[in-house]
Amino acid sequence: MKITQGTFSYLPELTDEEITAQVQYCLDNNWAVGLEFTDDPHPRNVYWEMWGLPMFDVEDAAGVMYEVKACREAYPKHYYIRMSAFDAKLGRQTTALSFLIQRPEEEPGFMLERQEDHDRVIRYTLRSYAANQPEGKRYGRDQ
Amino acid sequence: MSTEAEKKERWSAGVQSYASMGYYNADYVPKDSDILSAFRITPQDGVDPIEAAAAVAGESSTATWTVVWTDRLTAHEHYQAKAYSVERVGETDQYIAKIAYDIDLFEEGSVANLTSSIIGNVFGFKPLKALRLEDMRIPTQYVKTFKGPPHGIVTEREYLNKYGRPLLGATVKPKLGLSARNYGRVVYEALRGGLDFTKDDENINSQPFMRWRDRYLYSMEGVNKAVAATGEIKGHYLNVTAASMEEMYERAEFAKELGSVIIMQDLTVGYTAMQSMSNWARKNGVLLHLHRAGHGTYTRQKSHGVSFRVISKWVRLIGVDHVHAGTVVGKLEGDPATTAGFYDTLRLDHVEENPSNGIYFTQDWQSMPGVMPVASGGIHAGQMHQLLHYLGEDVILQFGGGTIGHPMGVSAGAEANRVAAEAMIKARNEGRDFMKEGDDILKNAAKNCKALSVAMDTWGDITFDYTSTDAPDVTPTPTSS
Repeated sequence: MKITQGTFSYLPELTDEEITAQVQYCLDNNWAVGLEFTDDPHPRNVYWEMWGLPMFDVEDAAGVMYEVKACREAYPKHYYIRMSAFDAKLGRQTTALSFLIQRPEEEPGFMLERQEDHDRVIRYTLRSYAANQPEGKRYGRDQ
Repeated sequence: MSTEAEKKERWSAGVQSYASMGYYNADYVPKDSDILSAFRITPQDGVDPIEAAAAVAGESSTATWTVVWTDRLTAHEHYQAKAYSVERVGETDQYIAKIAYDIDLFEEGSVANLTSSIIGNVFGFKPLKALRLEDMRIPTQYVKTFKGPPHGIVTEREYLNKYGRPLLGATVKPKLGLSARNYGRVVYEALRGGLDFTKDDENINSQPFMRWRDRYLYSMEGVNKAVAATGEIKGHYLNVTAASMEEMYERAEFAKELGSVIIMQDLTVGYTAMQSMSNWARKNGVLLHLHRAGHGTYTRQKSHGVSFRVISKWVRLIGVDHVHAGTVVGKLEGDPATTAGFYDTLRLDHVEENPSNGIYFTQDWQSMPGVMPVASGGIHAGQMHQLLHYLGEDVILQFGGGTIGHPMGVSAGAEANRVAAEAMIKARNEGRDFMKEGDDILKNAAKNCKALSVAMDTWGDITFDYTSTDAPDVTPTPTSS
């Protein structure tokens, strides 16, 4: 399966040139771009690990792409990396754009557990197959 | 009342003109705390427009048809609404009357009370041929007596973890007749294919062919399977509209028990019921969608009724997270400028007076969360550039037929819509003139997506090009360069 979180998951993987164009759009809007990574892509896993702070004072897309390269090197193909842009404007003060810029080669996906309850009610629990391994040992790492 | 004679005249028993009783006052300067209304008035032949405006002010506040001495037991001038401006609309028989109401006339936090005053009796008033409430200014002091949307646009996006693009939905079709099991199949396919939401239609409540409890169970099976298949949060608007509040609460509680992120209600349930459901949704952390069922009966004709921009204000106060607000390009009424006025009213914190969008008053929302507008009715993937241009990115685009009618199946229809939306956002962000290059952008995206290619072949040429019945009086004059 392919996890489709993020703004551009239904398009072919973005090239670095295409990512740069999106970064430029964010910077032109005065949004701070940040990188986060995880090996637990459960849809309710809100807090991925931050790669440093959001880049509040970077003015050049190349500066952001430098960090993208460094993050990918530190957390290669066993991790998801997402790029998020934060808009601090009054009335918004939230994420303005967020998309994946790296995903593991193999994504085993999620098991849907059903617990049968009263009167035909079913309790659903989503479990990532990868998360059966401890953190840091998922998606083919250290097997 | 300057002289003794005038004062005596004012209180003599019998029928007097509303204007002379103080309901028209051209010198009145509205207070910041006044509630203001703009009415479009069409007086009967021979009725003085100023008297007509004063009558509207009177009948929507303290007046009755004759002088009553009991007024004199009150500070009546304080409670009288005042028509302070009456302007003819071009060369027509219509007038825009602006009327100021003191905030003391209204119960705090009650849209039911507000509407009982403003549109209570006056719309059937004989001296008027027609009457339309065009707009209202809700002062800060009154805005702050409402809690507004239970979640609002920002919280909804954070809850769903979806940013930077319109959300996508579909209403399950056919509207009526599917069994619960088959209904859940459509939910699953549409969500698995790439939509964020599916939706009950307004008239799906609990009919003999499908009772609500069965629909909820099967729909949530579809939702959860699709969440597992995509790793995204998804939802189905479970319609809790019912004959009584007790039944609505029962259905909402069951939706919550099943883990649904969202429920819906119809405008037909009434202002009080909507506000009760808003309280419930806030308390229980469930998003609240509103279908504007029935609004066309009073919003569409420009001469009579209530503009949808007023309904937009009322539902933002009442507190819903979504409301249908027009598509511009789809099958239902929607002049582009007028629709932009609705969207601004729902989404922005500060809306400037703007006659070319039909906005008569500057409105401040004082950080009350925005309502996510929903565009639904006759839209398809091939219009994505137009939809993004007219409606922006904080919107839910709902493709019912445009998903379920796809020749390759529901899931392919959903995928086509998602690919089109993402491709258009990407192109916009890259700085491309997406409105002009829209077709090329979609065709290019379709090279990697057969579903989109087939969608464009099927619906590419479908447009709904009819004249709007509800367009602003003022159209911007292009400046020659």
